[in-house]
Amino acid sequence: MSHQDIKFYQTGTFTVGNRLLDPEQRSVQSTLERTNALNSGHRACPGCGEALGARYAMDAAMAATDGQIVVANATGCLEVFSTPYPETAWQVPWVHSLFGNAAAVGAGLAAAMRVKGKSDVRVIAQGGDGSTADIGFGPLSGMFERNDDVLFICYDNQGYMNTGVQRSSATPPAARTATTPAVGPHPGHQRGMGKFVPEIAMAHHIPYVATATVADLRDIEAKVTAAMSLRGARYIHILVPCPLGWGSASHDTVRLARMARESGLFPVFEARDGEVTDSLKIRHQVPVEAFLKPQKRFAHLFGKQRDEEAIAYLQARADRNIRKYHLLEA
Amino acid sequence: MLKQVEGSRAVAETIALCRPEVVCAYPITPQTHIVEAVGEMVREGTLAPCEFINVESEFSALSVAIGASAGGARAYTATASQGLLFMAEAVFNAAGMGLPIVMTVANRAIGAPINIWNDQSDSMALRDSGWLQLYATSNQEAVDLHIIAFRLAEAVSLPVMVCMDGFVLTHAYERVDIPEQAEVDAYLPGFEPRQLLDPAEPVTMGAMVGPEAFTEVRYLAHVRQMQALELLPTLAREFEARFGRDSGCLIQRYRSEDADTIVVALGSVVGTLQEVIDTLRDAGHAVGVLAIRAFRPFPLAEVHDALVDSKRVIVLERAFAVGQGGIVADSVRKALQGLPAPIHTVVAGLGGRPITQASLRGMIERGMRDELPSVTFLDLQTDVVERALERERTSRRSGPVAEGVLKDLGVKAMQYV
Ligand SMILES: Cc1ncc(C[n+]2csc(CCOP(=O)(O)OP(=O)(O)O)c2C)c(N)n1
Ligand code: SF4
Ligand SMILES: [Mg+2]
Repeated sequence: MSHQDIKFYQTGTFTVGNRLLDPEQRSVQSTLERTNALNSGHRACPGCGEALGARYAMDAAMAATDGQIVVANATGCLEVFSTPYPETAWQVPWVHSLFGNAAAVGAGLAAAMRVKGKSDVRVIAQGGDGSTADIGFGPLSGMFERNDDVLFICYDNQGYMNTGVQRSSATPPAARTATTPAVGPHPGHQRGMGKFVPEIAMAHHIPYVATATVADLRDIEAKVTAAMSLRGARYIHILVPCPLGWGSASHDTVRLARMARESGLFPVFEARDGEVTDSLKIRHQVPVEAFLKPQKRFAHLFGKQRDEEAIAYLQARADRNIRKYHLLEA
Repeated sequence: MLKQVEGSRAVAETIALCRPEVVCAYPITPQTHIVEAVGEMVREGTLAPCEFINVESEFSALSVAIGASAGGARAYTATASQGLLFMAEAVFNAAGMGLPIVMTVANRAIGAPINIWNDQSDSMALRDSGWLQLYATSNQEAVDLHIIAFRLAEAVSLPVMVCMDGFVLTHAYERVDIPEQAEVDAYLPGFEPRQLLDPAEPVTMGAMVGPEAFTEVRYLAHVRQMQALELLPTLAREFEARFGRDSGCLIQRYRSEDADTIVVALGSVVGTLQEVIDTLRDAGHAVGVLAIRAFRPFPLAEVHDALVDSKRVIVLERAFAVGQGGIVADSVRKALQGLPAPIHTVVAGLGGRPITQASLRGMIERGMRDELPSVTFLDLQTDVVERALERERTSRRSGPVAEGVLKDLGVKAMQYV
């Protein structure tokens, strides 16, 4: 990768960013050849975590494959904000078919590349948590089970944002959405057992499963790069805060992603062939409150009377993740 | 090569001759034999290069085909009945994107009540999905129409359904002439996509289109169907010149030129009808048959010309629009607009009920005596229907309709295989 030398007077500016690092440690975003696979000019809300995550993931995939990428995208915010014809923010060959079939369309693309002798062209299928955990779950599981040569990336903003913030099976307990209003004895989303797709992906014993958040963009890059070095079905689940749906400030997107990770609510780990091989340790565990409080979707927990019971419930979930994924050990 | 072979096997061998590059399918009776055979050919390596993908649902089967086609591969799948409905969203999507996928529909009834036998409710339910629809009257035609289908699909960039009656054709052993590979290769060149996902030339496919252009995009889909209407006879003539068989025309007439009464039908029932027409002709009646091979696009002009001189038209339907009546009859009526000939709908053979020559003959004779109502259900057991209605009149908790009907009939439970 080529890089620019930094002039001394530039070092204090944000534009320089990680160009101060050794070249091999630098982000794909700092190279002159970054592909801008998801280009500027799209219509995501300010501070959209999904746009940030997709840009880093896709540029990393482009860098890892020498630009040989085709993408199948499910219906959802990412699809809508990036593409209304005749505009497109995609600098990669990209197809949107339906809400629930991105994994299968990806499998078809992979088959086409194989049969056409273009195995160097790699396939990414992607969508939101709704397309992943709910409507597209069958096709996704089928793609995993067949070990199709597809990397599926889920951008998890914990709800159906494109249709106006309704709950999905990835919505956390107690969160207010348009279909889980903050009323009644247990306001907000129900206390279900939840559906954490990375663990279900692992149960398919596919070569690679990883989680990440937009708080650690270099981690996203590293994981996409690792995924692209392998063949077969791979899955990366990225937590992407959504200012509109979460009722958070645009400038808090990265901070909230970090709080989700550092509270233990969202475990960040890597798994190969069905077994956890690594996890990103929490340096300073924060109480779940640090994640919950800045978001309007949890405001009812912090009203005149704090909902101690709900907060404790969520804290228990975070603590369970910490134990399960060994997030605090060195 | 002439062979005595099961319809499904004949179609599978023909599919292989068409060199599909990606085949994906999910099993459903009566389609299974087709994809099992294609899968085996891929495994053995007799069909290569080809990727055969066993998917977890029909929705994924067609979605894989969509991805494969967008990636530049010739893609094929097959389904029936519940499977076709399960993939319905993708059916519209494939057509909307203009991906020339070919799909066999082994026609079967749709539940509830669940029923594995033949009628055409499945493909008829998706007649307006934007796919071209061809209906085979025999296994020979099924073979030939598949070859033509790939050529047609790729020429106009639209997907094609080749509909063949489940069991009646798929499971029937008949003599079929399966062409040679070299002949098929000469007729069907390799797939040159109009649109392609290619890193060398990135394009965006399937994005959103608003009110400013949606009408135009839909209109162009209609234009392409109209182009298919013009192209199909040309392709059929070319096919005939090469293979010596007329199999691809929009319609097929049988003893209808001077007929007063013409029966219109789609699919395998046409064969039975021809035999009935022969006996009626022998008895001195001016009757004939019109088979519609292309239901989408609908050949209005050809149907008009074939029926314009008749005194009455009977449309035999293997499906019907509940609450409305005949589906095919509606289109026929449109073709004959302004003409005095009455057009009757006869719904027959639902859920695999045999359509006997005797019933057909009786029905046509009633027609000739002008005694047919506008909609008839052939061989309907009216006493059973009356009893079910009576039950509903007299009891609120009348129970599952289908169970009541079978109890009234005194039928013992059928043995399913
Ligand atoms: C079959 C079908 N059902 C419903 C919809 C409506 N729909 C479009 S996007 C969407 C939600 C998307 O949620 P998610 O996958 O989480 O993506 P996000 O917008 O949150 O990024 C829904 C319900 C649809 N397009 N298709
Ligand atoms: S609603 Fe949320 S996910 Fe959608 S564009 Fe806005 S911030 Fe991004
Ligand atoms: Mg979402």
